Amino acid sequence: MGRLVSIPSTWELLVRDSRPALFVLPAGLIIGAITVYPILYVLWLSLHERLLIGNVSRFIGLENFARLWNDARFWNALGNTLYFTSVSVALEVVLGLAIAMLLHRAFKGKGFMRAIVLIPWAIPTVVAAKMWEWMYNGDFGVFNYLLGAHINWLGSAAWALNAAIFLDVWKTTPFVALLLMAGLHTIPKELYQAAKVDGASPWVTFLRVTLPLLRPLLLVVLIFRTIDAFRVFDTIYVLTGGGPGNTTETLSIYAYKVLFQTLQFGYGSTLAVTVFFLVGLITLVYVRALRAGTT
Amino acid sequence: MKRAGFYLLLALVALYCLGPFLWQLITSLKPAAELTHLPPLLPAPPTGTHYVAIFEGYPFLRIIANSAIVAAASTLLALAVGSLAAFALAQLRMRGTMVLLTFALGISMFPPIATVSPLYLLIRAAHMRDTLWALIMTYTTFALPLAIWVLTSFFRGIPREIYLAARVDGCTALQAFYKVILPLAAPGLAATGILVFIFAWNEFLYALTFTATTASRTIPVGIALFPGLHEVPWGEIAAASVVVTIPVVVLAFAFQRRIVEGLTAGAVKG
Repeated sequence: MGRLVSIPSTWELLVRDSRPALFVLPAGLIIGAITVYPILYVLWLSLHERLLIGNVSRFIGLENFARLWNDARFWNALGNTLYFTSVSVALEVVLGLAIAMLLHRAFKGKGFMRAIVLIPWAIPTVVAAKMWEWMYNGDFGVFNYLLGAHINWLGSAAWALNAAIFLDVWKTTPFVALLLMAGLHTIPKELYQAAKVDGASPWVTFLRVTLPLLRPLLLVVLIFRTIDAFRVFDTIYVLTGGGPGNTTETLSIYAYKVLFQTLQFGYGSTLAVTVFFLVGLITLVYVRALRAGTT
Repeated sequence: MKRAGFYLLLALVALYCLGPFLWQLITSLKPAAELTHLPPLLPAPPTGTHYVAIFEGYPFLRIIANSAIVAAASTLLALAVGSLAAFALAQLRMRGTMVLLTFALGISMFPPIATVSPLYLLIRAAHMRDTLWALIMTYTTFALPLAIWVLTSFFRGIPREIYLAARVDGCTALQAFYKVILPLAAPGLAATGILVFIFAWNEFLYALTFTATTASRTIPVGIALFPGLHEVPWGEIAAASVVVTIPVVVLAFAFQRRIVEGLTAGAVKG
């Protein structure tokens, strides 16, 4: 005679009465109130003409987005953001990988070295930007002194955005290096031994063993860094404020100025929402690449 | 020979990482008159006047206290709320765990600029502008996804049998959580706590927007808006930078292993 009702095991009972949802509830409520609600609110704001001066609030549909399309300053900021993001992320990944491979070896004082590498990452971005602003100083800066040059780092259109990139690379390469170090750690040593037995040169070993096995993590690092670089704010705000002549104005900086200097909360929100959509788009492209790589 | 080359490269990396900070330290010790001359590279003689100035002529102590309160409170709140959620996600076999984790990750990817305008309006409407609470609330929330993500990966490392044994011994789920699981997850809590603390200590955009006076200004805002009468007071800015960087450097040296564990917990394992 077969049993009609299966008797739950003790194990199942334990799982059932623990009500995991209650544990998640506080986090869910907080995240819901302070992130989800503002996200919906900013989308709503982006469809309004909302001026804090004079307290104007008027629904205008997609008019702000049409204005965006014809806004030369928006396209300039987008171009700057794309340039900043692509150059700095590329440099960070290459340099980060080199540092990771250097520090991956076993040597005395590895922990100490790891702490040193952490420091640029841990310093507040604003403080780092102030440090670099001083080093970039045209008259008394240490860079010009060491180079024996008179470069107007932050005041010339040719240099300013690159100067911001150098700072960003300095600040975030350690993060990339540390993540990639952890990744190198997961590659089985046998593979390197096998490559050695086969007589592969270090370069071939790097291309055929290290790089392919690091690929998923490299993509994760690229996602993190790209998203972070794309929304760059602190670095530029402190270093150049977007100048000279908007040549370093990125999307976040432009949105901030529209929001809090001209108090146009409608159009400013539209710009902010656009940053969000672009970040989402970039993430999607990467996640697809990641999926394609793992299957 | 090869060994010497290796250590030379290490020294270069160290110089690259520490150079800007060391230069700031040197600058902070230079008498005002020497700031507009190069060479000499090193201060002759070193002076502490800039350090005195930031505490006497500028309410820097108050600003540091603001940052310490905000960062500590946000860290404790994010750990308390985050560990509950992470425990459920990692140990209680909850349905929809992956959906929730992905959602949390999505939130953490959200650009701060996109939420700053609605939050500003909300905080203004609640008369919370220029209060530390506005920052504590915001930081706790935006640190939560990171905290949950990292803590979940730590909680997953604790065998489920331990939790089940505690339940068999008569603990409720909540008791099992804080009496048994939480102590075991102490390293993970430390790693997560440091990450949240550094995030809150360093955050700039929200702090710039939600604060107005030294009543609530935090370090990044205080340094970015450092007042100068006629020229930029580089010596004082350098001194202030050194003072606020020291806690972070101490954290980095004391907890480098934990920090790296925390940073890699999410990324490497999945």
